[in-house]
Amino acid sequence: MSAPDFIVHDAKDTVGVIVKEGIAASSTLTGWIMEDDSRFELKCIDAIPLGHKIALADIAEGDTILKYGHDIGKAVAKIAKGGHVHTQNVKTKRW
Amino acid sequence: MSAQNFLGFRRENGRVGIRNHVVILPLDDLSNAACEKVANNIEGCLALPHHYGRLQFGEDLELHFRTLIGTGSSPNVAAVIVIGIEPAWTGRVVDGIAKTGKPVEGFAIEGHGEIKIVADASRKAKEFVQAATELQREPCALNELWVSTKCGESDTTSGLASNPTVGNFIDKFDELGATTCFGETSELTGAEQICATRAATPEVAKKFLATWQAYMDEVIEPHKTSDLSDSQPTKGNIAGGLTTIEEKAFGNLQKIGRKTKFIDVLKPAEEPSKGPGLYFMDSSSAAAECVTLQAAAGFVVHLFPTGQGNIIGNPIEPVIKLTANPKTAREMGEHVDLDVSGILRGEMNLDQAGDALIDITLRTCNGRLTAAETLKHREFVMTKLYRSA
Repeated sequence: MSAPDFIVHDAKDTVGVIVKEGIAASSTLTGWIMEDDSRFELKCIDAIPLGHKIALADIAEGDTILKYGHDIGKAVAKIAKGGHVHTQNVKTKRW
Repeated sequence: MSAQNFLGFRRENGRVGIRNHVVILPLDDLSNAACEKVANNIEGCLALPHHYGRLQFGEDLELHFRTLIGTGSSPNVAAVIVIGIEPAWTGRVVDGIAKTGKPVEGFAIEGHGEIKIVADASRKAKEFVQAATELQREPCALNELWVSTKCGESDTTSGLASNPTVGNFIDKFDELGATTCFGETSELTGAEQICATRAATPEVAKKFLATWQAYMDEVIEPHKTSDLSDSQPTKGNIAGGLTTIEEKAFGNLQKIGRKTKFIDVLKPAEEPSKGPGLYFMDSSSAAAECVTLQAAAGFVVHLFPTGQGNIIGNPIEPVIKLTANPKTAREMGEHVDLDVSGILRGEMNLDQAGDALIDITLRTCNGRLTAAETLKHREFVMTKLYRSA
């Protein structure tokens, strides 16, 4: 199989992780869900660096972000499907 | 795999080491210079300078002694010279190490001066090194290995691949009856309830959650000046795509595999006493502090997954570094013992990566130097609980 552009831990997750360098905005990407070994395509709307996260669906401000099938924080701004998810739009619920 | 073994050094107390150091151990900061002089005089000695040992008291002093005695007692250490400013506390460290049955001798500087003590300790160190260099490796079983793990400068590739590779190793070694350890108390924040479900009994789960809560109440809450977003996750974590402590915690937890349960909660530098199995150690998440504590508890080889490229080593416990980040593997290759970035490209599965980690670990146990050893990384960092008196 060809190498995926991003990987999703769990089928419930709302974000995936970019695993290739140099992903440009408006690319159509292949995602691999590790949990069930399935694949799907998603268009990214931002240039997203290796290791950074992509939104798998539209996310509203206040929504819980799911990764590993678990709560990893909350959106503090609206995030469009295919957008870059990081410290500019997601914060911890702890500390 | 159960038929495999490795060549280790069997010590007087039956424990097995993979290195054969003669350590020159300072009791206190004042004695670093003498220890470094001895190590400079005599081939094959390793001085372990550190910053503390004066006017400590209470639990902090107990931890100081536990760390020094544990370091000297490590099966990776053949013999120890202890040098302190005065004889009483020096003797306490010597007596603690002597319980293992290994050669150990103490020297105190007061009343003699440093030059005489360096001369006397050098003569003894020469004797210890010549005896140690005659010790031979012998076949040892995999379940005699004590293996610790901790990750550093993690990024999202750590949680995707390098930490699960360690988890695969831990699951396989747990089945064999090895003794293993993870730690990093604050870094489980957000995943602490899930971590508690991995305890072997409700009592162990309760002890773990009480330990985690105490770290929050006694360390984090009284001392924080804002949220910890500038420290946990670190700047390197954030550059690598980790956004929150919760995300980092779930990635961290991948290191204990999918099925292994932890059987006890250890104090910092506390030696396991419940037999083979996985242990959680209450510790800082700072790499050098955590590995120093694990080494002092008797763990002889360390598995260290990194994302952005933490370059830590330890003087007595070899640190094996693995990464799944292809950029780190390419740009920082001299620090990396195992590249598992193939997992992210679908070229390698976790079971294969776990076996590759077992292979490099056993080669390390047989004597191959790790990347950190060849680069002379010897970060020895004592954990201090509070200010001295």
